[in-house]
Amino acid sequence: MSLITTLARLEACRTGCAQPAATVRHRHLSERPLVFVPLTTAGEAGAPLGALVGTDRAAPRLLAVPQPRDRDLRFAFLAELADAVLPYLDAYADDVEAAERNETDPETGKRVKVEVELCADAPQLIVPSRAGVDFVRLLGRSMRFRRTAEQDPETPYPAPPRVPLLGRWLTHFGERARVPGSSLLLAMTDVLSRHWATGQSTLEDQHLGALLAWIDPPEGSTGAEAALHAELTRDPGGQLLCPPAGPATDPAFDNKLLAPAIERYDRARTALAAAEDGLEADDRLGELTAAEREIRELVLSRTLPTWEKVWQGLDLLRALPDGAHVEERWTRDRWSFTGHRDRIVAGEPPQPRRDDAVTAANKLAAREREQARLEAQEALDDPLVMAGRRLSGEAFAGEVTDVVMAYSEGKRPSPRPLVTVRTEDRPHLGERAKVYRSLGGKPQAAEFVGRDGEDLLVLRVVDKMGRGKEPEAGSVPEKGDRICFTLFEHEQRGGPKLPDPEQTPWTHGGPPGEAAAEAADPTTAEDVL
Amino acid sequence: MTAVFDPGALAAEATDAILRDTLHGSHRGVVVDSPPGAGKSTLVVRAALELADAGRPLMIVAQTNAQVDDLVLRLAEKNPELPVGRLHSSDTDPYDKALDDLPNVRKSAKAGDLTGLSVVISTAAKWAHVKVDEPWRHAIVDEAYQMRSDALLAVAGLFERALFVGDPGQLDPFSIVGSEQWAGLSYDPSASAVTTLLAHNPELPQHRLPVSWRLPASAAPLVSDAFYPFTPFRSGTDHGDRSLSFAVPADGSGPDRVIDEAAESGWGLLELPARHTPRTDPEAVRAVATVVRRLLDRGGAATSERAPEEPLPLTPDRIAVGTAHRDQAAAVRAALAELGVTDVTVDTANRLQGREYDVTVVLHPLSGRPDATAFHLETGRLCVLTSRHRHACVVVCRAGVSDLLDDYPSTEPVQLGTLVKFPDGWEANHAVLARLGEHRVPFRP
Repeated sequence: MSLITTLARLEACRTGCAQPAATVRHRHLSERPLVFVPLTTAGEAGAPLGALVGTDRAAPRLLAVPQPRDRDLRFAFLAELADAVLPYLDAYADDVEAAERNETDPETGKRVKVEVELCADAPQLIVPSRAGVDFVRLLGRSMRFRRTAEQDPETPYPAPPRVPLLGRWLTHFGERARVPGSSLLLAMTDVLSRHWATGQSTLEDQHLGALLAWIDPPEGSTGAEAALHAELTRDPGGQLLCPPAGPATDPAFDNKLLAPAIERYDRARTALAAAEDGLEADDRLGELTAAEREIRELVLSRTLPTWEKVWQGLDLLRALPDGAHVEERWTRDRWSFTGHRDRIVAGEPPQPRRDDAVTAANKLAAREREQARLEAQEALDDPLVMAGRRLSGEAFAGEVTDVVMAYSEGKRPSPRPLVTVRTEDRPHLGERAKVYRSLGGKPQAAEFVGRDGEDLLVLRVVDKMGRGKEPEAGSVPEKGDRICFTLFEHEQRGGPKLPDPEQTPWTHGGPPGEAAAEAADPTTAEDVL
Repeated sequence: MTAVFDPGALAAEATDAILRDTLHGSHRGVVVDSPPGAGKSTLVVRAALELADAGRPLMIVAQTNAQVDDLVLRLAEKNPELPVGRLHSSDTDPYDKALDDLPNVRKSAKAGDLTGLSVVISTAAKWAHVKVDEPWRHAIVDEAYQMRSDALLAVAGLFERALFVGDPGQLDPFSIVGSEQWAGLSYDPSASAVTTLLAHNPELPQHRLPVSWRLPASAAPLVSDAFYPFTPFRSGTDHGDRSLSFAVPADGSGPDRVIDEAAESGWGLLELPARHTPRTDPEAVRAVATVVRRLLDRGGAATSERAPEEPLPLTPDRIAVGTAHRDQAAAVRAALAELGVTDVTVDTANRLQGREYDVTVVLHPLSGRPDATAFHLETGRLCVLTSRHRHACVVVCRAGVSDLLDDYPSTEPVQLGTLVKFPDGWEANHAVLARLGEHRVPFRP
């Protein structure tokens, strides 16, 4: 935790109210996000219990599985989820604009510009918490290798149509969420705690109710009190007033309410199956429907408060202005969405279970670049973030007190002006350390020459001054300017090109070989009740 | 008849076996584990010269520019005639200016300019951008345990066979983003290059250098037991071969007493009262700076096997301060500047890897912390910090670290399929603290 975060948290503790950790919003928010509040069954990995999903705050769609261990009911849930999610995704897939991309020409081997489609906007999935992101990934993995009856008539438990497709999309969203700064799939707790510092630990911040209580406490109560209330207060029946944001449910709810309800549903179903005539069956069907309705209401009662909180979080975040680089990062998300759309249209197989060596290395390198880029961009977009970097000695701001023109040696002398900056910051500057400032959105580099007293730093500007002997107007700081230099670079260089997977070297096990179609997870006794 | 232990013979035997496998073996790779100061660089230089003599074009991969420049200088020192290529980046000041004085070293940012030279050296990051039609017949990968698997993936296509040399006890490579997704895969891109190499090629011959020439007899057993429990090594010198003396007697202060203790026994622990502090604990930082100041003021002289007759003065360049974090290093530098000390190296464990000094002063990674995170417990960090010295090591620490260790056992999630590294940081930290406890001096200004 950086020093400034620690200070903000201490201040939150003292005032009883969350403190801003950012002055602008550092993540893109869609105008029409799809909010997804899933619940899972305790003790059954990947057995959804229900969910609220939708783009309209006033009209969430409730999905519930009355007996989560029943494979057919689970498939019905997933099919319904596909009905809710896929049309939303498709709506973005068709609206495209023309864009250019660099590609290697297969014949000449040269880099050429190719005209391609880029989706004009991309869908955005919002889940309440980080565990929700993991659950999206798990759902994706459990669905994408399934086969429908249409794909394979022999498959023993055919999945409903479109379920494998939803699995591929959820996998893509889950994988994209691992890229720092991406916004295709966001966890509300993560985004909120990026923008506010509370007086509780980062672990406690993963409780959406408590986190919102700190940020936006109800009238007449401090954030700390409201957070405690959200975490612990139970009704006379022993149920939490603020149910956990899921996907895991509160054990008291499981034991006291859910288990008996499922039990009743099971009994009603057995009774219906044993009905001897139509009249009896009608009665028992009524009981079964009632039992099912009861479970749906239970699921709704646990998801609706979270649903409201996610939208409340969106309201809070929307009140912040966009960070300057948010749009650029969202464009990368749009490329990611477009790329996956194209892979599906091209009939490529689902994402493999495990990455091969080259793909894994490429992903890691890309994410490290994105992380460094995100850290630099957030600091450049937001003076409060920059203040944190200044406090940790990674940047400094100050007033230009002197500019002396100087030139490089050599045949064609170039301008190398010496700029003296008065600053109270204490940057960790080594000998000839490079520092950067933003000049019209582009980084201008300077070199640390030395200290000219306690608070005076002398820098030599080395680029972005044009080709001539005299620097271009406005490219050199002037006396009296307030400027801010960073010790970190603003832009990231691309990494080296790795070999193609077919060229994987002997040190990494050689080429992975022909990709075999991957089967779904084998059916176990627990799957078939 | 008593068997006389001859470290020189033992080391020579190991080196011969390594060179035999490298030059005449049938395997595509040879792995050499080297404990701190066991002559790894000497081995690399010798292997490079023998491969060049045998007429095999050789590329050398090191991890940092400083390591590359150091190797070039050592090669030129051993054989000034050898044509060496130094492949460098196109940044400003890409290499050490000392290389300009070497007539047979050609420097270029393009690999094409260096073809035909016996040896071409560069960093892994630079090599990754090189493309060749025909791979080099041989490569030496230096500091292979600090190289990430994905970096090896980028360069492995450049050579047919390779000698991998490194120290398994030092800091593992790291990534700035999570990589749990690939944990347990044999080619986990964030693992070390050697882990991936051996997972795919378990039959490769593995050697190790058995003698540390750097660590004194007082330090080798502790470092070996704490950090290399299954591959022990010993020091090349014996008790009494080295000594540290001071012209000015101690003034009775804590820093002076801990200096005397360390001069006598090789280890000293300067203990400050228990307290939770920010990372840049001002009292601890000042204590570190005071110890360094006193080391210089008291006219230290180091006698070693290199010059048994004449003690060498303990100059600022023979002293280093090691910390866990960069802001701590910066704070120590500032404190030293206030005391008028400028030429003493102050750096983090990551940057001190591979370096050697007479005396080191270490700010303990867990000093003053309320918690013990995986970063601060990492075995390699403590190993680097406690194995840079030829004579003595002074550790500055707040009291209560062993309680802290007991309160926070390591809680990292266990990943299926990953190699569990022994010893874990918890155990190694306890071993080191137990030993340091025998040389404890309470801090009194």
